[in-house]
Amino acid sequence: MAFEPVLTNHVREPNSFTLDFYLRNARGYEGLRKALTLKPGDIIDQVKASGLRGRGGAGFPTGLKWQFVLKDTPKPKYIACNADESEPGTFKDHVLMERNPHLLIEGCAIGCYAIGAKIAYIYIRGEFYHVQETLERAIEEAYRAGFLGKNILGSGFDCDVYVHRGAGAYEAGEETALIESLEGKRAQPRIKPPFPAVAGLYQCPTAVNNVETLCNVPLIVLNGPEWFAGLGPEKNGGPKLYCISGHVKRPGVYEASMHTTLRELIYGDQYAQGMLDGKKFKAIIPGGSSVPILLDKDLDTPASFDHIQKAGSLLGSAGLIVMDDSVCMVWLAMNLLHFYRHESCGKCTPCREGGDWLYKLLQRVENGEGRAKDIDLLFGVASNIVGKTLCAFGDAAATPVLTTLNLFRHEFEAHVKEGRCTLPAPWRAKQPVMAH
Amino acid sequence: MSFHPEMDYAPARFHRSERKLAEAGEAFAYTAENQAKFDGIVTRYPADQRKSAILYALYLVQQQQGYITGASMRFVAGQIGCTAAEVEDVVSYYTMFYTKPVGKYVLNVCRTLSCALLGAERVTEELCGKLGIHPGQTTPDGEFTVIEVECLGACDRAPVVMVNDDWHERLAPEKAAAFVDDIKERGRAAFTGCHLHVEKK
Ligand SMILES: Cc1cc2nc3c(=O)[nH]c(=O)nc-3n(C[C@H](O)[C@H](O)[C@H](O)COP(=O)(O)O)c2cc1C
Ligand code: SF4
Ligand code: FES
Repeated sequence: MAFEPVLTNHVREPNSFTLDFYLRNARGYEGLRKALTLKPGDIIDQVKASGLRGRGGAGFPTGLKWQFVLKDTPKPKYIACNADESEPGTFKDHVLMERNPHLLIEGCAIGCYAIGAKIAYIYIRGEFYHVQETLERAIEEAYRAGFLGKNILGSGFDCDVYVHRGAGAYEAGEETALIESLEGKRAQPRIKPPFPAVAGLYQCPTAVNNVETLCNVPLIVLNGPEWFAGLGPEKNGGPKLYCISGHVKRPGVYEASMHTTLRELIYGDQYAQGMLDGKKFKAIIPGGSSVPILLDKDLDTPASFDHIQKAGSLLGSAGLIVMDDSVCMVWLAMNLLHFYRHESCGKCTPCREGGDWLYKLLQRVENGEGRAKDIDLLFGVASNIVGKTLCAFGDAAATPVLTTLNLFRHEFEAHVKEGRCTLPAPWRAKQPVMAH
Repeated sequence: MSFHPEMDYAPARFHRSERKLAEAGEAFAYTAENQAKFDGIVTRYPADQRKSAILYALYLVQQQQGYITGASMRFVAGQIGCTAAEVEDVVSYYTMFYTKPVGKYVLNVCRTLSCALLGAERVTEELCGKLGIHPGQTTPDGEFTVIEVECLGACDRAPVVMVNDDWHERLAPEKAAAFVDDIKERGRAAFTGCHLHVEKK
């Protein structure tokens, strides 16, 4: 069954980000027009029936999330669109916002209508300034054409969409940390419950939704929930954007159904076209840096939330990082722990101190100065972070260590035994990278 | 003493908030243009939630004088209606705010996995070698600063470097030194930009 892209079908065409293009080629704002003739509750029911699952990482059903947003309250409600996109290996929201921004704006407006909000804040990471300019221009166009603002399309519904620029913090992607950051504080998570649907932004009911998630909403309203659900395996419907990076011939963002296997995504002609320089495949991280590694034997797994989970990993943000056999797995864990150590928000001890400790241990093993007992120590420290932290970051930080130890323990042992890195790739630095 | 008997390192002291805090610097106030921008943005948030505009306010400071000083933090506190400590709390958390002068071109080299797999470690090495500085430092002539940053969200175009707010993609290590010369010669024109800007090609 051939799959026709619906989110990214026009992104390579000139001016795809303009309102004019969107109206002419993509049935632009027809979804919003239709939504405004429906009851808000009906839209939520449609999204529920479509089975749309959040594309930000957790895969939680979006319709349910919207249903949980407190109804009987005098407080205003909000949508906080998560455009923080900082998970290593993930770059799909980037493409959507830069090349198809009106789809997101339309999704925000429909979302607001459905949950009874009047304002959507798009929280975009500070590094995406070039994307932000495109997005803001699109929002201006939408206001001028009457798709945003007061009394949209004569329906009496008011909606404002604003872009809010972050300033460099991975943790701002966690939903409650994002809200804290929107309120002008450090991006540190809150204790849940209460969940954002009850007390989120300014303690008001808030739906936090990923960019790709919201982009699917106009399509569901236009084409119906059955169409959407039919695009993929059961409970994994709809189009999905896959970000493929690392040692492949043609890295990029590819849209496919969740029937598509990891092997097709890596080797398929219309996808990444196989390994770079004809090298041998070693491992793949299928869902952004914080999920367990899969091996060649797992590649025939369809890249859906449920199938990947059954194979022992997670689809997460669908950031597929592919590695050839020049990659040392101790180095890999060290590289990722540098990330987690740096990005920990510092609120809980196991994550803040444990991440630093893991990084230092890994650095020692990688540089050939490790002791045999460091391997068990690594395992011990990592296992003691899992499940003991305020947000999912802690588990994510421990994962690179646990998964490499689980699958490639012999590489750690060889480093300790030989007193050096046993796989020093040519693309590595000549001097060991120092902690700083 | 470390916090755990098995941890035989110097105490775990790394945290992003432990950067050296700002000097007071000279008196600060927005230009009329920046003041107008700030007053415009604040209206996007509920009237009792001016603090939401704090990141924007700090970006304006940074645009105006290059980095954020103690005096400018107090100024922002006045604009927002919060304490200077709250402003400092925010400044010290987010990595895109500088509390000391940086070069005219800040080369933010992505060092995370996908970029590293395609030679990002060596890009930093080559850039630093060419400029004679270490990561985190600025050249004596004030032209370049090299900073290692984490994933920039464009891993398919690895290795990625963000220069101030501009992008440069697919900077192979072999091309790093020539890239520096190119910037000296052509300024912003040396950057590839984001490849998604297909129109610009
Ligand atoms: C440490 C951490 C970082 C996260 N980063 C992001 C992110 O960059 N973008 C995103 O959309 N979701 C991110 N999430 C997931 C969000 O918390 C949240 O689940 C998501 O925005 C909900 O939207 P969705 O239901 O549409 O996926 C992150 C979660 C955690 C724990
Ligand atoms: S797990 Fe880490 S990132 Fe999450 S709240 Fe705790 S310290 Fe912060
Ligand atoms: S790893 Fe460098 S941009 Fe993502």
